[in-house]
Amino acid sequence: MKIAVCIKRVADSETRVKIGADGKSLDEAGVKFILNPYDEFAVEEALQRKEKAGAGEAVVIALGPPQAQETIRTALAMGADRGVLLQTDEVPADGLETAKVLAAELKDGGYDLILFGKMAIDDYNHQVGPMVAELLGLPCVTTVAHLEIAGDSGTAEREIEGGVEVVEFPLPAVLTIEKGLNEPRYPALKGIMAAKKKPLDVKPVTPGGGCGGGRGGGRVEVVARVPPPERKEGRIVGEGAAAVPELIRLLREEAKVL
Amino acid sequence: MSGVLAVLEQRDGVLRKVSHEVVTGARRLADASGGAGTVDAVVLAAGPVRGTDALGGFGADKVITLTNGAFGTYAPEGCATAIAARATSGRYDAVVFTASATGKDLAPRVAAKLGVALAQDITDLAVEGGAVIVVHPVYAGKALLKLKLTGTPVVVSLRPNVFTPVQRPRAGAAETVAVEVSAGRVRVKQVKAAEAGALDVGEAPIVISGGRGLKEPANFKVLEALAASFGGRAAVGASRAVVDAGWRPHSAQVGQTGKTVSPTLYIAVGISGAIQHLAGMRTSKVIVAINKDKDAPIFKVADYGIVGDLFEIVPRLTEEIRKLHG
Repeated sequence: MKIAVCIKRVADSETRVKIGADGKSLDEAGVKFILNPYDEFAVEEALQRKEKAGAGEAVVIALGPPQAQETIRTALAMGADRGVLLQTDEVPADGLETAKVLAAELKDGGYDLILFGKMAIDDYNHQVGPMVAELLGLPCVTTVAHLEIAGDSGTAEREIEGGVEVVEFPLPAVLTIEKGLNEPRYPALKGIMAAKKKPLDVKPVTPGGGCGGGRGGGRVEVVARVPPPERKEGRIVGEGAAAVPELIRLLREEAKVL
Repeated sequence: MSGVLAVLEQRDGVLRKVSHEVVTGARRLADASGGAGTVDAVVLAAGPVRGTDALGGFGADKVITLTNGAFGTYAPEGCATAIAARATSGRYDAVVFTASATGKDLAPRVAAKLGVALAQDITDLAVEGGAVIVVHPVYAGKALLKLKLTGTPVVVSLRPNVFTPVQRPRAGAAETVAVEVSAGRVRVKQVKAAEAGALDVGEAPIVISGGRGLKEPANFKVLEALAASFGGRAAVGASRAVVDAGWRPHSAQVGQTGKTVSPTLYIAVGISGAIQHLAGMRTSKVIVAINKDKDAPIFKVADYGIVGDLFEIVPRLTEEIRKLHG
């Protein structure tokens, strides 16, 4: 089974976000970068599927800056076979541009499965996976929390509001992975050493200047990146259960939410 | 904007309430820059949909039910094809979805088919100089991106609970069109319903979340009792620590690797307030924190805090809320 996993280098979820001097970017000084947490589940799933099939290849593909090589090495240390870095200094804000670059790389790869994390925890775009599927004309299931594959078809479960959808699909397919599908392994020392010798192709790419499609073309442009509005100073109502009646009064009369 | 398409959702032939928010957001776009644009609301279903008659009140000029035998459950490929075709033939300037599980799945498919940009899960929108400007929270709300979207149409999905439905009466003329599309290769063969009345953490108007302070999984029953006292309007959420420990399902997790929520009332119980948790709930209208540690970071974002033993405070709170609703 040949599986591609599209991964992303993102700022750690513990990061205190500071805005860059241009007012549009993230100030990267002192920021730790990690493999997008949802992508860890996708990598793990690829490894387990390949191990189960007893043969095949797990390829990790990232669009990102030169430093994303480290992110790819993390996935290789987990056990992926080889990596491809589609190198660009700037990952586009426009998800469709990212999808186009990835789709061009994936197109003739002969993959049975193309996996993504359900979203990246930095830009929250939540769109690249299904867009790639659309561009490649492949079936797609998003936010997969349970997965069974038998032969050339699969059954996935995805959470919806107030329930779970059980979805059937044929292979090859694009899936985006929800947290909890599996338990991602930690790279062992042996894996980390081996990862250094695994092939990693670096291919410079230039994401297009806009989607260019639709009747009027289309693009996403970052106008500004701002901190969220500060919440006004709150107060401690009191201590222990005795403070509950006062809390109720405030919620009713001041906040007016009860 | 001269024409806006609002894409609604139904389940089992009943319009989902979040649809009112979608029509409200679409109406705001249509009214922007002084234009008196039209809003067409579209819902895909296997047959008639209950609840569509209320949509004129929120600003829909027309309510179009696109019917197909395959639309009884969510058919991602058939739905995307039908909406993209409608968006093209109707020459809309914008297509508005809700950022629900379905909307977040469908919007990228439609945007890719149309070859246009998409902004998901937005919390504000406006028209400035002919371009659509939206606010899109990133890093779970630790920063906000102001994005300028150009293209025809612009495609957006609205974060649930943010666009409060507003009465802006329009005609709401009903139209039903049978559409011929193939259901596609991806088929929902079953929908397993959660327990009756269970609200999703992402959509509930009241969220009560628990963390490590609950001490053990069974103790979440005190939060469930508090949720129940709100009469079906509250959902129980959880911090990452307790989800990672397997105490609660991931679907309940609030934070950067879980859900970003904006309820009217958020009650954090036994949650210290790690930065990635705060990111996921800081846009709640009112935040209450209950924690034994008076220095816990959660108190910095809470409007009201009570310091003390949650096992004494929460049952008392439950009792008082019951009295209000009794």
